[in-house]
Amino acid sequence: MVRRGFLVVFVIGLALAVSVGPALACGGLINANGSVTLVRTTTLAAYHRGIEHYVTSFEFAAGADGEFGSIVPLPGVPTKVVRAGDWTLQRLVLEAQPVATDLAFRAAVPAALESANVILKTKIDALDVVVLEGGGTAVGNWAREHGFLLPPDAPEVLDFYAERSPIFMAVRYDADRASEQGLATGDGTPVHVVIPTPNPWVPLRILALGAGPQAPVEADVFLLTDREPTLLPTPLAPGGRLVRGLVSPGLVLERSQEASPTLLTDLRSDKSMKWLPGSDMWLTYLRVDAEAGDLTYDLAVDASGAGRPSYVAAGLPVPDAGAVDAIRSLRSSVWTALLLVIVILAAATLERRRARTPLA
Amino acid sequence: MTMGRSVVARAVTAVVLGLASVACLAAAGGDGVRTVHVRIGYSAFVPDVIRVEPGETVRFVVRNDDPIDHEFLIGDETVQHVHEVGTEGHHGARPGEISVPAGQTVATTYTFGGAGSTLFGCHLPGHYAYGMRGTIQIG
Repeated sequence: MVRRGFLVVFVIGLALAVSVGPALACGGLINANGSVTLVRTTTLAAYHRGIEHYVTSFEFAAGADGEFGSIVPLPGVPTKVVRAGDWTLQRLVLEAQPVATDLAFRAAVPAALESANVILKTKIDALDVVVLEGGGTAVGNWAREHGFLLPPDAPEVLDFYAERSPIFMAVRYDADRASEQGLATGDGTPVHVVIPTPNPWVPLRILALGAGPQAPVEADVFLLTDREPTLLPTPLAPGGRLVRGLVSPGLVLERSQEASPTLLTDLRSDKSMKWLPGSDMWLTYLRVDAEAGDLTYDLAVDASGAGRPSYVAAGLPVPDAGAVDAIRSLRSSVWTALLLVIVILAAATLERRRARTPLA
Repeated sequence: MTMGRSVVARAVTAVVLGLASVACLAAAGGDGVRTVHVRIGYSAFVPDVIRVEPGETVRFVVRNDDPIDHEFLIGDETVQHVHEVGTEGHHGARPGEISVPAGQTVATTYTFGGAGSTLFGCHLPGHYAYGMRGTIQIG
């Protein structure tokens, strides 16, 4: 299989407090009169030879005078932001949850930088899209000055992302254009962001922005990679069983298998989806089902085959070399001790047999 | 010439003494009012426990390092509840109640009553529940 460095990350689904079927992902912070509006958005990111394709569908919600929006942390500076295909995300939902057809179709519809630099501005249908580069405070200031009312956890969460990648995409519906286009609450506008980056990841912590610590956060995360990826944190198997490695509260591995040719063909036939290989892809489906207070991490994905997803990308503390060495040393000692026990037991057994064997 | 020097010397002395007295007043709080500095970062007050004397007048200087607006509102549980459900957009008229815009420093002076305790908090939507509150121990 010649499928190097290709990654499609698909995040779909977030429901806070009220969850209906396969929920849609929330791209980031939302506001309406100071409270967090649970406007749902859908996100897709793709990674192929150093280019990440990130597709997010923002759902329209009327009644907030247009003063609501999302901020999505990005792993790098995008080269273009365009309208994405209409049904790619729904097709993936269908693949993972073929039974919930009606619900799936319902879903259809740097930290040191002191001031935020606007590095890209565009309009997609009724959406105003602005890509910003700046530290958490700078991006927060920009958002506030442009009508976003940020929830109280926003300063910490923005810093959490800006320390790793000071690139954010602020998206907001223009109420007048939305009205002209006849958008109704629940209608979505998919956006495709092309991002050259050496280090893809799926932002998960942002899903809990503005939610109380006990608020349930639910999301569906789909990965399409050229081979079975290694993830950090390691998800639980269905039923809460630990697959391997670190515990990840609320991240469950639901499916890990070859992507079907039918799925890939269908996805490729949507607008702007020709970059997707037509065969030999690995499908991973993860479900986020966590309390907001536990969702303190992002999802690092290593699809290179090296099996080393980044702690930094996952937003987790990097284990210090001493601790790693100590663990390795301990493992080595345990194996040595085990080997010794086996040798001693074997020797003892042999000795017993020899003692029982009558002398000739 | 001698007279001119004398005038200059007196003027310099007066300026020096004036500056010294201003400095002394500032160090002492000027009017004898104690100044307490409060910092807001990541939507939390530092410190979140403040001790004052019964009847003491304190000048609170509140610095907001966050990119979002906050409030610093002193009062007991009833007062806090009124602010939590209220719709007052801006504070500053009453002692002990100030809005603190993002990145700014605002001061308010408040005179405490008898021994006991009271609270301070921010009541912008979701902030108090998030933990933006503190206690003032009186006495």
